[in-house]
Amino acid sequence: AAAWGCAGVWRRAWQRGAGGPGPALHGQRATACNARGGAVPAGKSGLAPWVPVVGLEIHAQISSNSKLFSGSQVQFAAPPNSLVSFFDASLPGTLPVLNRRCVEAAVMTGLALNCSINKKSLFDRKHYFYADLPAGYQITQQRVPIAVNGSLSYSLCIDNKMSQMVTKTVRIKQIQLEQDSGKSLHDDTRSQTLVDLNRAGVGLMEVVMEPDMCCGEEAAAAVRELQLILQTLGSSQAVMAEGQLRVDANVSVHHPGEPYGVRTEVKNINSIRFLAKAVDYEIQRQIEELENGGTILNETRAFDSKLGCTVPMRDKEGKQDYRFMPEPNLPPLILYDAKSLPANMNHQQVVNIDWIHERLPDLPSVKRAKLVERYGILPEHSFALLNEDGLTEFFENVVKQTQMKPKKVIGWILNVLLSYLKQHSLTVKESPVSSFLLADLLNLLERKEISSTAAKQVLAELWKGEGKTPLEIVKEKKLELIQDHKELEQICQAVIDGQENEVIMIVLG
Amino acid sequence: EKVTVEVLDHLEHLALVDFRDAEGVERLQKAIQFADRLHEVNTDGVEPMDSVLEDRCLYLREDDVTEGNCTNELLKNAREKIEEYFVAPPGNIPLPKLEERETFLQGS
Repeated sequence: AAAWGCAGVWRRAWQRGAGGPGPALHGQRATACNARGGAVPAGKSGLAPWVPVVGLEIHAQISSNSKLFSGSQVQFAAPPNSLVSFFDASLPGTLPVLNRRCVEAAVMTGLALNCSINKKSLFDRKHYFYADLPAGYQITQQRVPIAVNGSLSYSLCIDNKMSQMVTKTVRIKQIQLEQDSGKSLHDDTRSQTLVDLNRAGVGLMEVVMEPDMCCGEEAAAAVRELQLILQTLGSSQAVMAEGQLRVDANVSVHHPGEPYGVRTEVKNINSIRFLAKAVDYEIQRQIEELENGGTILNETRAFDSKLGCTVPMRDKEGKQDYRFMPEPNLPPLILYDAKSLPANMNHQQVVNIDWIHERLPDLPSVKRAKLVERYGILPEHSFALLNEDGLTEFFENVVKQTQMKPKKVIGWILNVLLSYLKQHSLTVKESPVSSFLLADLLNLLERKEISSTAAKQVLAELWKGEGKTPLEIVKEKKLELIQDHKELEQICQAVIDGQENEVIMIVLG
Repeated sequence: EKVTVEVLDHLEHLALVDFRDAEGVERLQKAIQFADRLHEVNTDGVEPMDSVLEDRCLYLREDDVTEGNCTNELLKNAREKIEEYFVAPPGNIPLPKLEERETFLQGS
């Protein structure tokens, strides 16, 4: 969901994990960033303020049938080494053959992120040794990537209640196509590593976000919006839990007006929630270190989710020399637009940027604006709708089938239905109450046949999924509102008659 | 300009090559001298060329599954395997430091 913003001063008290490493706390530390991401004078006892700087490198697995440079299948769970071709295993004599779908996915993503698409981009080799990289190098786009200079807008809530949202932008430095590596399973007891190359060669889009963010919440919100965009485009399913979206954070701190500090890279972040924690922890760790007279090493650290802290990664010693060189087996990747389209080229060999642009679906920001305009709901409602898979569709279906105004329906969707779903850890698709049933119930409410309280009771019954209709439940539990005036008069009179003393008190004032 | 021992050691670490003897180092020296002659040409304003094949068309493949499913064949090459996984040491085994390994470079 849209996260808290950093506008104004916020203070965080970090708890030491049980027995874990972490910065000791001397009273409370304050870091702050205002709406423009700068530092706000904060901190006690005259300590100079700190400006945290956060950049992100995001790897999104491309949603395609086959791999980036080979015809092996792309699939999450499969018998080890069953989705591996001779090329993926780097056997001599094999050559890379670029998958057209991967190129289209990268172009779509670049366009959605307002990038300039490079009509000519190049492939390079990045060399390093690791058991899950059989070739000893990764094919990537270091010199001239497929897309550059874009931007991503995301929103944050300024306060607790999600009633005030502020829009921020992060610059996208570039998007590049590259190969994924295989998977290493470490067996420490037998001092060995088991290698599965099923993932080796799967297409990735690396999205590099400039260090325009200043805290965990901003990083999390930016990644969440990117995730929604990728899912809307279909270029990546971007499920973090399945490794389809991996985020590395680059964090540093400095005093206002001074040059940027040494940055650390934080890896092993497995969810958006942990991303916010990892970034905030690392900011605080660096501030503590520097205020205690220490220095920050330009190192790679791993986030330990159990302890809630970052620790140095053992295997990354010193600065790596990747010895980048052009990939000799691939000529430049040429993309076309309506103007530059060659007359007599095979369609299948042509990727037309304009053709792709015309077919881009509505991005989340556009969908939200349309929802607000069409239904008169608030912007924060639109965020909540898009944040839950299938919820928008559910809401629109209810609106179609009920006389209740959308502005009222939204309350039932977000406050009642959604909290039920969350309580029972259900997705919208798994909801025992269908949009049809809910609309039916809301109609009873709208026609004043039942009260709001009664409606909630009926919903609780419907939730059991026993197949009863709202009307049946209302009759069963006798929840109908009494419409008859005479009957109402009789009831009121009976109450008054039964409470003579209280009535006298009231009459006397 | 001679290539220093530090650079040679760095190369041995990076690429796991072995500059076995003086001849090996000399060959590298000569290769660099040969390549350095490129600097004699003024290339101001000229785009570097990576390959004479730069004007060739990069073939784009359709997104169909056409390969894979050859686990047994692939594992035939493995020195060690466990249940269809390749077996590797627990982490990279770095080349020992210059002082600690037997290399011709020690003496230079």
